[in-house]
Amino acid sequence: MFRYIVRRLLQMILTFFGATFVVFALMFANQDDPIQALAGEKPVSASLRAALTERYHLDEGFLSQYWYYMSNLLTGDLGVTLTGRDISALLAEAWPRTLQLSLMAIVLAAVLAVTAGVWSAIRRGGALDNGILAFTLLLLAMPIVVLAPVAQLVFGMELGWFPATASREISFYTLMLPAIVLATTVVATQLRVTRTSVVENLRADYVRTARAKGLTPRRVTWVHVLRNSLIPVITLIGVDLGTLMSGALVTEEVFNIPGVGFNLARGIRNEDGPLVVGFVSILVIVFLVVNLIVDLLYAALDPRIRYE
Amino acid sequence: MTDIQASMDVLPGLDPRAPLLQINDLHVEFRTRDGVAKAVNGASFRLSPGETLAILGESGCGKSVTAQAIMGILESPPGHITRGEVRYRGVDLLKLPEHERRKVRANKIAMIFQDALSALNPVYTVGFQLAELFRAHRGMSRADAKNRAIGLLDQVRIPAARARINDYPHQFSGGMRQRVMIAMALALDPEVLIADEPTTALDVTVQAQIMSLLAELQRQRNMGLILITHDMGVVADVADRISVMYAGRVIEEAPVYDIYARPAHPYTRALLESIPRLDLKGHQLTAIRGLPPVLTDIPSGCAFNPRCRYAKDPCLQDPPPPAYAIAPHRTARCHFFREVLGE
Ligand SMILES: Nc1ncnc2c1ncn2[C@@H]1O[C@H](COP(=O)(O)OP(=O)(O)O)[C@@H](O)[C@H]1O
Ligand code: SF4
Ligand SMILES: [Mg+2]
Repeated sequence: MFRYIVRRLLQMILTFFGATFVVFALMFANQDDPIQALAGEKPVSASLRAALTERYHLDEGFLSQYWYYMSNLLTGDLGVTLTGRDISALLAEAWPRTLQLSLMAIVLAAVLAVTAGVWSAIRRGGALDNGILAFTLLLLAMPIVVLAPVAQLVFGMELGWFPATASREISFYTLMLPAIVLATTVVATQLRVTRTSVVENLRADYVRTARAKGLTPRRVTWVHVLRNSLIPVITLIGVDLGTLMSGALVTEEVFNIPGVGFNLARGIRNEDGPLVVGFVSILVIVFLVVNLIVDLLYAALDPRIRYE
Repeated sequence: MTDIQASMDVLPGLDPRAPLLQINDLHVEFRTRDGVAKAVNGASFRLSPGETLAILGESGCGKSVTAQAIMGILESPPGHITRGEVRYRGVDLLKLPEHERRKVRANKIAMIFQDALSALNPVYTVGFQLAELFRAHRGMSRADAKNRAIGLLDQVRIPAARARINDYPHQFSGGMRQRVMIAMALALDPEVLIADEPTTALDVTVQAQIMSLLAELQRQRNMGLILITHDMGVVADVADRISVMYAGRVIEEAPVYDIYARPAHPYTRALLESIPRLDLKGHQLTAIRGLPPVLTDIPSGCAFNPRCRYAKDPCLQDPPPPAYAIAPHRTARCHFFREVLGE
């Protein structure tokens, strides 16, 4: 197990450098004149140009620029945005919001998917099962770029059940509607996978044994079947992280939540290279760590899996 | 804390002097898209304490379905019990409400399955799966239940029981896993044990160990044992009586010695001729010709008639042969049993 974790960490380092390198290349190497891009329409004086060139090592090659950037990043210095704001401070402000939003979405999605999936599997073919099937099909057909503004309009503005935007104060309540919207991006697949998995496991031999032991149907389902059925669902939740992150970008935009996605979207729009690369680098690290945690969780759930 | 033992004794109609287990005219069918498969068509037998009844028959003749119907764990749908009785100490289990029925399982009638690897839950330790019985049925504390589980593993002679209690099923060998199954079945001291092909998945030497362990535990506890198998060789040493099943019916029932010495049904006879025997070394083995009937379309008259070398006109006519009493404690469903016996 220990050796497995070490190997995974080494792999993560490689992935990290690969991913940041690509983003760095895309943001920097392709710009004609980043200083002009920064200044917009205004003319740039020769002395300012020299100072900025110096600060961002623009006169040196692309590889050494990457090297400077990385050595700064690894010492915790992410630099400043083109508009002069400290990127580390921006990140420290943005992450907790995005984290809260994603956690709420993950928990909402998982709880709903597992409960409804199990019920659907037990009552397969019944009205409840068919209703849930229709509901998941509807969700699958609805992209978040449509769903987010519609939900905001209906539940935020017309019905007024939730605040329409969350910009001023971030709380459990203001993040509720965005989290529900974000959860819809993954809940349908998770529900279908849970249902299929439970149906399959209900037919397994060990279920017959559990019933022969005189256990109640409730115990057979929620203790014996559920744990086995969750194994593929956990894997899926790991895979879904990517979907959640891109979903968070849209959701934060629409609901005006100044989180990671919100900042990233703005950085991309303004061609703010340092901001984008800084945010993406941290995003990559988070993504890799969470994936490792999911894999370890998977092993905890299924004792037959031994990582060597 | 619920004491199941106490509530069992007030099970309405329970009569300690009634036969331990008596199956009467059991019918089970599976309603599937391809039609109605009549898996069990009037099986009857009885079992006394301390007795071993072997149920013998080709694969697909309804042995497992019969066992599952007795346990009340038939998958339904598609399975339906359409007729018959399963009497335990005089109480017809088929008429009990589900919550009463549940108390009979494991407490009074327990079951062992063929493939212990798939029959045990892969994600829980064997200790958990054993202790669960004491916790669910006896309301024991976690620690007490665990100690009982260790004691059980000791009884089925699993070495280092205290350490192995925390292992998962896949960490045991095939034979040790089947011992865990046996421990689980015996946990609550049942009066009846149904073993459905308990050694089929094991190699020959391990088979013998498991069979002798089962026989020994049965003797100690004076349990009634129903031993299901398709292998005539397995039962000769341990069974007291044999019920031979064909197409969901018991076509011959007799004490084990009589059946080996003088089978009364052509099917039993053919089965005996198809087992390899040391004293007949060099003789050609005669496999039974033809295939078992398709259960959605069982032949009229005697179900065995398309494969039977004694078959004559009456065999094609309904009703099927009744259970002729050919001697005390012996029945056979063949119109021409005298001819088969060689009288
Ligand atoms: N779950 C099921 N669904 C449909 N048919 C079944 C099912 N279980 C058993 N059967 C039918 O019952 C017949 C007898 O099965 P079984 O009792 O398992 O045979 P065996 O004597 O080999 O144990 C099978 O041939 C099959 O057609
Ligand atoms: S009744 Fe007829 S067909 Fe059936 S076993 Fe006897 S002789 Fe054969
Ligand atoms: Mg079987």
